[in-house]
Amino acid sequence: MSNLTDLTMADALHGLESGDFSAVDLTRAYIGKMEAHKSLNAYITETPELALQQAEASDTRRRKGEAGAMDGMPIAMKDLFCTEGVRTTAASHMLENFVPTYESTVSGKLKAAGAVMLGKANLDEFAMGGANSNSYFGQAANPWKAAGDTGVRVPGGSSGGSAAAVAAHMAIAATGTDTGGSIRQPASYCGIVGVKPTYGRCSRWGVVAFASSLDQPGPMARTVADAALMLNVMAGFDPKDSTSADMAVPDFSAVLTGDIRGLKVGIPREYREGVSPEILAVWQQGEEWLRAAGAEVVEVSLPNTRAALATYYIIAPAEASSNLARYDGVRYGLRVPGDGLAEMYENTRAAGFGNEVKRRILIGTYVLSAGYYDAYYLKAQKVRALVARDFAEAYKQVDVLLTPTAPTTAFVAGSQEDPVTMYLNDVFTVPASLAGIPGAAVPVGLAANGLPLGLQLLGRPFDEETLLRVAGVIEEAAGFTARPEGF
Amino acid sequence: MSTTYTIDGETGPWELVIGLEVHAQVISQSKLFSGASTTFGAEPNTQVSLVDAAMPGMLPVINKECVAQAVRTGFGLNSAINRRSVFDRKNYFYADLPQGYQISQFKQPVVGEGWVDIDLEGGEVKRVRVERLHLEQDAGKSLHDQSPTKTFVDLNRSGVALMEIVSFPDMRSPDEAGAYVRKLRTIVRYLGTCDGNMEEGSMRCDVNVSVRKAGAEYGTRCEIKNVNSVRNMMLAIEYEARRQIEILEEGGSITQETRLWDAGKGITRSMRNKEEAHDYRYFPDPDLLPLVLEESFIEGIKATLPELPDAKKARFMSEYGLGDYDANVLVAEQDRAAFYEQVAKGRDAKIAANWVIVELLGALNKAGKDLAESPVSADKLGGLLDLMADNTISGRIAKDVFAEMVESGKDAGTIVEEKGLRQVTDTGAIDTLIDQVMAEHADKVAEYRSGKDKLFGFFVGQAMKRSQGKANPAMLNDLLKKKLDA
Repeated sequence: MSNLTDLTMADALHGLESGDFSAVDLTRAYIGKMEAHKSLNAYITETPELALQQAEASDTRRRKGEAGAMDGMPIAMKDLFCTEGVRTTAASHMLENFVPTYESTVSGKLKAAGAVMLGKANLDEFAMGGANSNSYFGQAANPWKAAGDTGVRVPGGSSGGSAAAVAAHMAIAATGTDTGGSIRQPASYCGIVGVKPTYGRCSRWGVVAFASSLDQPGPMARTVADAALMLNVMAGFDPKDSTSADMAVPDFSAVLTGDIRGLKVGIPREYREGVSPEILAVWQQGEEWLRAAGAEVVEVSLPNTRAALATYYIIAPAEASSNLARYDGVRYGLRVPGDGLAEMYENTRAAGFGNEVKRRILIGTYVLSAGYYDAYYLKAQKVRALVARDFAEAYKQVDVLLTPTAPTTAFVAGSQEDPVTMYLNDVFTVPASLAGIPGAAVPVGLAANGLPLGLQLLGRPFDEETLLRVAGVIEEAAGFTARPEGF
Repeated sequence: MSTTYTIDGETGPWELVIGLEVHAQVISQSKLFSGASTTFGAEPNTQVSLVDAAMPGMLPVINKECVAQAVRTGFGLNSAINRRSVFDRKNYFYADLPQGYQISQFKQPVVGEGWVDIDLEGGEVKRVRVERLHLEQDAGKSLHDQSPTKTFVDLNRSGVALMEIVSFPDMRSPDEAGAYVRKLRTIVRYLGTCDGNMEEGSMRCDVNVSVRKAGAEYGTRCEIKNVNSVRNMMLAIEYEARRQIEILEEGGSITQETRLWDAGKGITRSMRNKEEAHDYRYFPDPDLLPLVLEESFIEGIKATLPELPDAKKARFMSEYGLGDYDANVLVAEQDRAAFYEQVAKGRDAKIAANWVIVELLGALNKAGKDLAESPVSADKLGGLLDLMADNTISGRIAKDVFAEMVESGKDAGTIVEEKGLRQVTDTGAIDTLIDQVMAEHADKVAEYRSGKDKLFGFFVGQAMKRSQGKANPAMLNDLLKKKLDA
């Protein structure tokens, strides 16, 4: 049964139901993969014993006919979701030894649906980063290599460990969170599917906060169908999250009909700026696939796109500077003593946070300060509204938008030292985050260097159905079956 | 109208300008953004939810009950209720502030402008305008006295809902400020939105004080914190005003700052710490949507408002014919007003007011008891008044009976019967008494009859004494006069 880890979630569920293998078999197979590929550093905390217990329980449920929607599916949990009794670090020294007494709503829903947790996936500290290079627990590696690579490629970020684990078949799927592209960009770098649902679709309760008005949990999987299935489980109103949407959750699995005839697909012209010929070609290929499937492709304009990135890098740090104030060494997490309260704060936060987190706290504190608030934060909020309006206008003409996911393929770890260069990787993903609309990254092929390339679909608010349906068509047309060598 | 209150300095009289920020702890089952209990006096850190302790990933959810209390209070302050308000984060670090920010309302409070009428001496009423009322979280408590080297933190209070009620700088004397706070306290107690207990800290006030010459612009103000009673507040205002006057008259200027009232020394002193340089970096809390109030929610609250003190006072004056002072005293507490109304029902309302205010409240005050602990119920007091009204006992005897009622809790009728205090109204018996007295004091009778009218009182006293106080005074007077003048 060496190929159990090659099964999609749909096939694995079928296999379990047919009695071809057990959840314990499946989990053991994944644990084997985790052991084989430890060098990827995809997990911060592995929980194989817990996983096997959960798998046994899953098998019992299935025998009794009580199996849930994801029963027995071994997944990786981004280490930003608080998990009861399992260390939750947010990839920070600050929370290195933090064991929550509570379970996040989304991880709890997955648990309740029978999912088996293999471990807590690596990420950028407090989800701040685009390469998983800001983890206190070290760089997670992309299983993909370009021809001639000697070093490792980054898996993207912040959900880098999740993406690497899924791409390397060290988990059948994984949870991610997306604040400015943290699901879609790593999915693209690792050649998997990543879905950022509409803001409010999945509860943020129990997810360590980065930027509250942007953070959104979502699924990362190897197929659109698997992502849809997982989103079914993750989504839903949560009275404990005031920003969660009190709306019915459709069956996302049921919408993957492949029929997009008559659908209108928009190509935002502003996204063409500075895009490499290779990415442009893949993008055009995507248009053709959709046209061939009966959709109408039109060009649209999102005139405020240019300002989105700068806006994001004001709003997200502003919220982060406040959200991370609670890590003060008083009640939990790291405490570095000092002479008096102020010195304890200084020592604790100096030691507990990494450079990128500190940088964003500084930026965020600055833009909210008296005298700068209007020029930065308030203006950013206004621009954010304009960015959202751009999308609203576009969706009067089209049903979905098709764009590249990232301007490049995965880069070599350590090659982008300059934070601003790093921020530019988010240029295609950030506008949708600001607008709160759903987006999906779908792998479509390999670049000349042998690394995966992805396309991004953006949908109307709370219309993940259309988004996923179109994503399914792209997936089908692209027929992306390439695997990273050795995984 | 009273004259403007001033404090005399070397250069002449100075006016005071006073504004108040009152923090009133909301009466609610649970905290503003969490389900944790709000009971006062529980063991430290036993009423703390994950949200109150700001654990990672925790999110606030607004407590509807607290919003209703704020709206209710808004109505009590004759204020505009804002259909849309916004919660902001006020960012600062302190050990008893787990989130590193306080969720408050900065630019768009739930309640807008209104007013409170305060009752001053001599029946004068002054209107103090209210600028706003907003909801915010309370912080925890730092306990510095538990260890020589450590500070302990109790988070029971962390996240409890507060209403901050901000007045305009409309008050001009310590008395006015005192009357304002007392009136606010009366209003929130009527509404059941805050227990108004300043000593326990469920109502706290920060006082803004400045001084100016008559007709001049407002001066620079100082904010005084840590006044935990109306009396202390008034003392603090007086002290602070004098301090400012002294500085100004010496040619100095006032630095806008926060000062602490030191009740022990009777002075205000500068907090002069770095925390004063706070930049709170207010911004809308992204974890909370704007608070939008449905019309039906607001109307539902309006429909269940109790009769408020001003309305009750007006009614007491018109319905019961009470004077301003009596009405003020009676409406100051809701249970007092209700007690009075029960006593006054079907009886002489003015006599009832007099007995409740002078006798009952006097006795309770002397015994250090609340009305709720009164040994004399409204019905029993009513029973006593009935015995007076039907001439069973005289007013003088009634006071003795009342004293006995306070002592024993028995009803008036029982005491009158047990002690044989029933008033003598039998003319024959009174005639006999008078005859005896006149016989005993034949010399005085002669003096009286020769023109020494003043001796009449002597005869009344003697006859009353002989009746052991039970003779009906009017009848005694009447009969005595007839006999002496015969």
